[in-house]
Amino acid sequence: MNLVQLLVDSLALGSQYSLVALGIGLIFGVMRMINFAQGDLITFGAYMLVVPTVSDVAPPMIAALPTPVLIAATIAVVALAAVLTERLAFRSVRRKGADGPTLLITSFAIGYFIQSVILFLHTGRPKSVSVLPELSQQITFAGVRVALVDLVTISASLGLLLSVGLFLNRTRGGVALRAAAEDFLMARLIGVKADRVIAVAFLVSGALAGAVTLMFVAKTGVLDFRMGVPLAIAGFVATVIGGMGSLTGAVLGGFALGLASTLLQSLLPPDLRPARDAFLYGLVIFVLLVRPQGLFVFGLGRERV
Amino acid sequence: MSLLAVKDLTVSYGAIVAVRDLNLEVNAGEIVCLVGPNGAGKSSTTLAIAGALRPSKGAILLDGIDIARHPAERLAAAGISLIPEGRRIFGRMTVHDNLIAACLPGRRPSDDPEIFSLFPILRDRMGQLAGLLSGGEQQQLAIARAMLRKPRLMIVDEPSLGLSPRFVDIVFGALRQLRSQGVSLLVVEQSARRALGLADRIYLMRSGAVVMAGRAQTLAHDPEFETAYFGKETAK
Repeated sequence: MNLVQLLVDSLALGSQYSLVALGIGLIFGVMRMINFAQGDLITFGAYMLVVPTVSDVAPPMIAALPTPVLIAATIAVVALAAVLTERLAFRSVRRKGADGPTLLITSFAIGYFIQSVILFLHTGRPKSVSVLPELSQQITFAGVRVALVDLVTISASLGLLLSVGLFLNRTRGGVALRAAAEDFLMARLIGVKADRVIAVAFLVSGALAGAVTLMFVAKTGVLDFRMGVPLAIAGFVATVIGGMGSLTGAVLGGFALGLASTLLQSLLPPDLRPARDAFLYGLVIFVLLVRPQGLFVFGLGRERV
Repeated sequence: MSLLAVKDLTVSYGAIVAVRDLNLEVNAGEIVCLVGPNGAGKSSTTLAIAGALRPSKGAILLDGIDIARHPAERLAAAGISLIPEGRRIFGRMTVHDNLIAACLPGRRPSDDPEIFSLFPILRDRMGQLAGLLSGGEQQQLAIARAMLRKPRLMIVDEPSLGLSPRFVDIVFGALRQLRSQGVSLLVVEQSARRALGLADRIYLMRSGAVVMAGRAQTLAHDPEFETAYFGKETAK
């Protein structure tokens, strides 16, 4: 495989993992909870693109809108859904003084709830859908033919990562979010509102999930009620190998996982390729044995987890 | 009416009672010290007053209104600023961002030049990660951060812990200056000697309860104060 092609593939996959990992990391920061429902929010967004039906080819719903509206609507719908999960489920559980494991189980419950509703409304059969078909063409880039959707995914992800970075570093809300992620009680003691900062974390995290929905569906063109689960697992793994509690680590972890996955896919002998994920997660275990604190945690040491 | 009145406060961690039926008052413009040996319940008292711990019993009145069950951020808005044990600055954020996080809506650290005249070192450290500051500088940052909240009552837990004498002087000087500006202070101090030099009034705690209270000037000459602080056996 050509080097440029390999780079584009791994960056495109890594972008999606990074965005999911950042979404998981933002919520982990303020709640010390891994939100496994992050993947199912991506699934939810994907199914909102089409009208609920039992047929295999689903008529478009949000997908029928003009491109800018389609993008904005998908991101908004998923961000809103994320905020609703916080408002209706996590907040109540949190207020009862729930600990990390209880919140984790809550996130599983939300995830299965979303899957079950989709299963009920759309059936369990995978459906094909055409979203942003203009991205499906191949273009010649640096002398190599690559999928336009991959280049758009990479550039949109970099734009989103940069925007989240600016938000966290340059705005009052972002600084409050970082303060809360570092020491939640202390942040509250200096007046940071707990409910608001958590809601903002869910909003940003949901918007990122919405963006991943579009990238994923534009690339694959297939809807499946469990499609978000591997993404959530990849995002979670990325946050762990990047260094739990570090947002930069989560993003870099996502890219590292994307690179490792793509490299294995191209370097493994064809007979072993179906077992790619076994090799990938074997590698993850190796990384964690060597650097349990994560690959990208330096300096001031580990955050309490 | 006192600014803060704590009535029959009991704080428990599960079955362990850390503070039992505690009563104390802080009047406007006063420095009150809470002294006592390790494990006396001083920090638990401050955490409960600031809303970080929910008391199992009792009332905490701010201007006569019971705030014992209010969340921490609401008390911060009502004018209570706690600098907890260990200072808890945001170590992975810059000094500037630590200050920004504490600013009241619509304000910036530069709107309060007073913090830089009290702690000039902070101006030079604005872009530095707060976790890389020395202990004394971190304590100054913690007080500056609390000052940005424009508190009426500042609660400081062990401000001198681990600091060199030079920094203790800077920090205690800043606390006195705050008092002169009308801020009331409740200061936890393990060193009875330092507390006597700083406070207007002192509450001595042992095993979760107040065992002695009075004006610092009076207690300084009261032999029973030392006995009560160290316990009878040690004093003998």
